[in-house]
Amino acid sequence: MTDHAFVPNDEQSMLRDAARGWVRDRAPISALRKLRTENLETGFDPALFGEMVEMGWTGILVPEDDGGFGFGHASIGLIAEELGRNLVASPLISSAVAATDALVLCGNPDQKSEWLPRLLSGEIHAAIALEEAIAHNPSGVALRARLDGNSWVLDGRKQPVFDYGEAGLVIVAARTSGEPGDRDGITLFLCPRDAAGTSATRLTQVDSRGAWALVFDGCRLDAGCVLGEIDKGLPALETVLDRARAVLAAEMIGSTTQAFETTVEYLKTRVQFDQPIGAFQALQHRAAELLGEIELARSAVWAALAAIDAGDADVPRYTSLAKALAGKAFRRTAQEMVQLHGGIGMTDEHDSGLYLKRAHVADMTFGNVSFHRDRFAKLAGI
Amino acid sequence: MFADLPIDDFRQAIHDWLRENFPPGLRGCRAPTNGHEPPVGPPGEFELWKERCADAGFGTPTWPIEYGGAGLDQARADILAEEMAQAGAFNPIVGLGAMMLGPTLLEFGTEEQKRIHLPPIARGELMWCQGFSEPGAGSDLAALRMRCEDMGDHFLLNGQKIWTSYAHHSDWCFAIARTSTEQKQGGITFLLVDMKSPGLDVRPIQLINGISHFCETFFNDVKVPKENLVGEVNRGWTVAKRLLQHERTGLSSLRSANAKTYDLASIARRYCELSPDGTLADTDLRQRLADHLLSEQAYALTLQRRSAEEEAGLNPTTPVSTLKNLGSQVGLRLGELAIEILGNRSLGWEGDGYTDEELELTSLWLHSKCYSIYGGTYEIQNNITAQRELGLPKS
Repeated sequence: MTDHAFVPNDEQSMLRDAARGWVRDRAPISALRKLRTENLETGFDPALFGEMVEMGWTGILVPEDDGGFGFGHASIGLIAEELGRNLVASPLISSAVAATDALVLCGNPDQKSEWLPRLLSGEIHAAIALEEAIAHNPSGVALRARLDGNSWVLDGRKQPVFDYGEAGLVIVAARTSGEPGDRDGITLFLCPRDAAGTSATRLTQVDSRGAWALVFDGCRLDAGCVLGEIDKGLPALETVLDRARAVLAAEMIGSTTQAFETTVEYLKTRVQFDQPIGAFQALQHRAAELLGEIELARSAVWAALAAIDAGDADVPRYTSLAKALAGKAFRRTAQEMVQLHGGIGMTDEHDSGLYLKRAHVADMTFGNVSFHRDRFAKLAGI
Repeated sequence: MFADLPIDDFRQAIHDWLRENFPPGLRGCRAPTNGHEPPVGPPGEFELWKERCADAGFGTPTWPIEYGGAGLDQARADILAEEMAQAGAFNPIVGLGAMMLGPTLLEFGTEEQKRIHLPPIARGELMWCQGFSEPGAGSDLAALRMRCEDMGDHFLLNGQKIWTSYAHHSDWCFAIARTSTEQKQGGITFLLVDMKSPGLDVRPIQLINGISHFCETFFNDVKVPKENLVGEVNRGWTVAKRLLQHERTGLSSLRSANAKTYDLASIARRYCELSPDGTLADTDLRQRLADHLLSEQAYALTLQRRSAEEEAGLNPTTPVSTLKNLGSQVGLRLGELAIEILGNRSLGWEGDGYTDEELELTSLWLHSKCYSIYGGTYEIQNNITAQRELGLPKS
């Protein structure tokens, strides 16, 4: 790992500072509460996402030749970290990271020119339809796609599909041959919003973000909707997932940092037995140990983002390291946030619960701690 | 001069220098950690390598050339370390002088002290020990009582130090002693003491792994010349605190250098039953080993992050006190997992029934218990993190 991994360059510092200011001014945590109350069809605030688009964030991973900035994952990771601080809900990771990377990596020139400009301009956003079972397992895809004449027919169910609400494009992982669990036989499809034979049910999730159950019942897609190679979609899917995992881990580190700082502040101000409770050594040591765990995870996240941008062969190992440690740190910090706030931490009025709920959903997204610990262990030869 | 070369030329020059000067017989040898181990490799080669490094100033690369260093900035020193690692080489100049006293003298020492004491450290000729802890002053170091009286033309030391690593093999000792009882921290003075001074008595202490690195050191009317005062009388706590920072950083990076030489994953593959899919059959052990490997790698990345931040002139995000605890926890867990993986092969103390590697890992398990005690205990580091770094109030 080079030192560049750990010190942002000028362009990255500018992006981070802009994101920090914007999050502070425009996306306070009350925005998430408002979203929960209003229960919008999108699952995020389109006005806020529009401002992200205006700042160019949807173009960060789009190559310059396709009209974007081609900045890299460390750059969007720094932005995600700032968004995480206030638990900002947006389709940025689904659309501007996962779907964009999938198109950039696997798309043919027609597909790129059809979709990338629309994602870039914010005219539409995209969602990824992967999960089907209780546990994250990319090779376990069961949703069938069979060739019928010139078109593919999709039958099956996807749940949860994040950020599907009003998405103009869904990238679907489907099984075109073999059985669930086989590494061969998975194909990625570009499914436009208006494709017939799909129906969606809104799910109400603990973190107040938008998720859907999607049913494909004889959904017909023409041959031009195949993204990448038929039956050979899994390696590409894993590459795309690793990128999304690293950026999500960065978002999680931002949330964790904010939860930690809020808690330490509370320890300084809450008085019991005539002194701030932060003067008690039992609580001081818990805070000190928590800081250590968070800093380990932060190093892993930055290393993973840099490994992706450097084209490092060890991206899977770094990504699983980052996602596992970010998941552990976020869950533990959110738990401590509730505990150290005492009774007030259990109330809906306090933000602790919002961090706790988000920690759970974020950990489960793209593979949880045990998924990534297991993957890391296999890569280490045990 | 290496220090003046542009970065890319510098890397090439170091590469060439290593090819010409590093004795191939030493490639892959375990680097010494304290300067008191027997020489590694074929006879004479370690001494040769040490001399060549000393001539180039590469043992203490960031020190100024006039004091025996190479005058490198941190970026070039890091490249030197990278190229050494690449070549299977190591820094032969180690010990408390190079790690802790040198950087402290560069900041607080007089010109004469630097000229006299730094070059022999940089050449690895004189070894130093640390006279800090006392029987009644461990975690509460500033409670130390060793008396230091101003006798006009010299200082007179009376008292006892303990846990003085390698005192029995050291030439010099940097020590703190009490010059005033009016203030706790404001009554401490920092001195350089020649271990050959009359009145100094050293007794080794045997530890749980059977090894005696540590000593008790008794001072009975020991005379210290005035020119061996570092900083000012009653201002020694400031000097000592800075030295302890160097100690914490040095210890945590030393340990990461040590830990890397034990690849627990491959040891586990040799000693443990495997499932048909090649994973460890004991899934409970596998999970705990995986957790350890995650922490170990993230800790190595965190050390790297800290040095990258320092080099870029940024405020380091991870405090030294936090790093020290992270490092000691990784080291402790490594020891515990090692003996669990070895199973019955970990029960040996010495002799022929066990391989060298097995005896070494069992000894490491016992030795690792000191990681969270020396250089400020785990608990003291947590206090420092909480109060100095997180700003939590003192009780």
